[in-house]
Amino acid sequence: MKDIIQATGLVKRYGDVVALDGLDLSVREGTIVALLGPNGAGKTTAVSVLTTLIEPDEGSATVAGVDVLGDPAEVRKLIGLSGQYAAVDKDLTGFENLDMIGCLYHLGRKKARSRARELLDRFDLADAADRPVKTYSGGMRRRLDLAGALVAESPVLFLDEPTTGLDLISRRELWRLIRTLVDQGATLLLTTQYLEEADRLADDVLVIDKGKTIAHGTVDELKDMVGGERIGIKVTDRDDLPAVNEILGRVAVGELQREERSRTVVAPVSGGARELAAVLQAFEDHQLRISEAVLRRPTLDDVFLALTGASAESREQTPESAKPGRRGRGSR
Amino acid sequence: MNLLSALGDGLVIARRNLIKLKRVPDVLVFVLLSPIMFVLLFAYVFGSAIDIPGGSYREFLMGGIFGQTVVFGATFTGAGLAEDMQKGIIDRFRSLPMSRAAVVLGRTASDVIYNIITLTVMAITGLIVGWRIRGSLLDALAGFLLLLLFAYSVSWIMALLGLSVPSPEVLNNASFIVIFPMTFIANTFVPAESLPAVLRVFAEWNPISSLVQAVRELFGNIPPGAPEPASWPLQNPVIYTVFWSCLIIAVFAPLAVRRYVRVAKKS
Repeated sequence: MKDIIQATGLVKRYGDVVALDGLDLSVREGTIVALLGPNGAGKTTAVSVLTTLIEPDEGSATVAGVDVLGDPAEVRKLIGLSGQYAAVDKDLTGFENLDMIGCLYHLGRKKARSRARELLDRFDLADAADRPVKTYSGGMRRRLDLAGALVAESPVLFLDEPTTGLDLISRRELWRLIRTLVDQGATLLLTTQYLEEADRLADDVLVIDKGKTIAHGTVDELKDMVGGERIGIKVTDRDDLPAVNEILGRVAVGELQREERSRTVVAPVSGGARELAAVLQAFEDHQLRISEAVLRRPTLDDVFLALTGASAESREQTPESAKPGRRGRGSR
Repeated sequence: MNLLSALGDGLVIARRNLIKLKRVPDVLVFVLLSPIMFVLLFAYVFGSAIDIPGGSYREFLMGGIFGQTVVFGATFTGAGLAEDMQKGIIDRFRSLPMSRAAVVLGRTASDVIYNIITLTVMAITGLIVGWRIRGSLLDALAGFLLLLLFAYSVSWIMALLGLSVPSPEVLNNASFIVIFPMTFIANTFVPAESLPAVLRVFAEWNPISSLVQAVRELFGNIPPGAPEPASWPLQNPVIYTVFWSCLIIAVFAPLAVRRYVRVAKKS
C-alpha cells in the first residue's frame, strides 16, 4: 500500500512558540491514523498545514501525491476537513449547510441536494434537517460538521478532535460513524487527546509532543509500551501510604506513580480485576483505610508518563498562543 | 474559467448570505426597519423645518436620505465579512476547492440585493409621507440604478476594511468616523452652496453630493426656481458619480480579494 499523506520536517513557529518542530508523518491508503497528544502539542497545526489552511515555515508535504505547498488548490479537491470547532453556519439549516458545501465542491445543484439529504439521513439528522443549526445540540453540530467533510466523497479525510467536548453517548455515536467511513475506502487522519478514541478508531497512532513525533505504532504496540490497566488507590490517612506502596509495588508491572498531596498511588498492572481484588484483600489484612480504589485503562496521561516521564498536563503549552486560526488574527 | 467559477461560487455564498435575512433579526432590522425610521425621522423632524421656495424640503431631503442610507448600508458588507472571518465557517471555506474571490464577491453581491430591498422600502415609505417622482419612470429607474452602483462600489471599500479589522464592532466604529463626515459634508441635507468656503469645495467634489444631486434630478425633485450648481461635478452629476463608482471598484475590488487571500493564508 502506498502512502497517501506524506509530510517531512514540518516546522511552524508563532513568535516564540514552536507549534511544529520538524514533524514527519505518513499515512497509508485506506487506514486511519490518529495523532495523539495533549493541547498545544501541534496536532491542529499539523492538520492545518496538510489541509492548506496554513503554510509551514519549513518542510514539505504531499496529499494523494499532490504537493501541498505547490498546488494547494488541487489538494483541496481531494480532501474533506472537519474541524475542532464545528465549522458550520449556525443561521443556516442542516440541509442548507450541506447543500452549500456540495455546491462549493462543484457537485452541481442537483447532486449537492441529493447528497445533502443522503448524509442527513445517514447521520441521523433527517428530522432536524430544516431547522437552523443554532437549535442543534453539540453532538448534532459535530455530526453535521463531520457530514460536511464527506459531501464530496473525498478520498482523504482530516478530522481534528472530532469528539472533544462531547458527552459519552454522542462520542460513541460519532465513533460508530467514523468507523463506517473507512469501510468505504477513505483514508483518515484524525487528531485526539483520548487514548481510548485512538484505540477505538485508529490502525496506527503517532504520539505527538511539542511539535514532534515521539512514538509511532499500532495501539497495541503503544499499550505494550505503556503497560496495561491501572489500579488507582486513595488512602484516608497519609501515614498508610508507605504500606500501600509496598503492596502495590509487588503487583505493579511498571513504576508506581505517587502523589503525596492527593494521597493517591497508581500502579500499572497486568492482572485486571483479579489483581484488584487481591490488593484490596491485602489492604484489609493490614487494616489500611482506603477511600477510593479504581481499575482503569491507561489514559493519554499514562502514555506520556511512560514516554516522556512527564504527565500530559505538564506538557501542555498555553493553547491560546500555540493554536493557529481565528484567535491569532487580532494580533496582526 | 477562473472568472466563471469565481462568479458561480460567489453566487453560492450570496445565496447563503440572503438566507440570513429571514433568520437573523439584526439583519432584518438593518435592512428593513432602519430605512423606514430614517425616512420618517427626516421627513417629520427636518422636513417641515425648512422652507424651500417653490418646492418642498421633504422632497429635497429624500434624495439625501437615499444616498446616505445606501452609503451607511455598505458598512454591512464590512461587518458581515469581519464576522465571517471570526467564525469557524471560514475554515471550512478555506479548505474547499472554491474560488478565493468567492467569499468577498458573494458578500458584495448579496448586499446589492439587500440594497434593492432597502431602497424599495424607503421609496414606499417616502411615497406615503408625500414624496413624489416628478420625472419620467425611466429616469427614476436610472436614479435607483445609480444608487445601487455607487453603493456597490462603497461595499468594496468596506470589504477591504472588514477584512483588516479584528471584529465587526471595530469596523462599525472605524467606518462611521469616515462615513459621517462624508455623508454630512455634502448636499445631502442642505444645499452645498450654503456651506462655508472650505467645506463647500469639499462638498461640491464629494461624490456623495453628485450622487444625491443626480438622484434628485432623475426623480425630478429639484425645485423649478433652484439656482444652477456652480461646480462641474454637480453640473454633470451622473457622469461624475459613474466615474467615481468605477474608479473605486477598480481600485478596491482587487485589494479586497488580495486581502482575503492573504488573511486566509496567514492565520
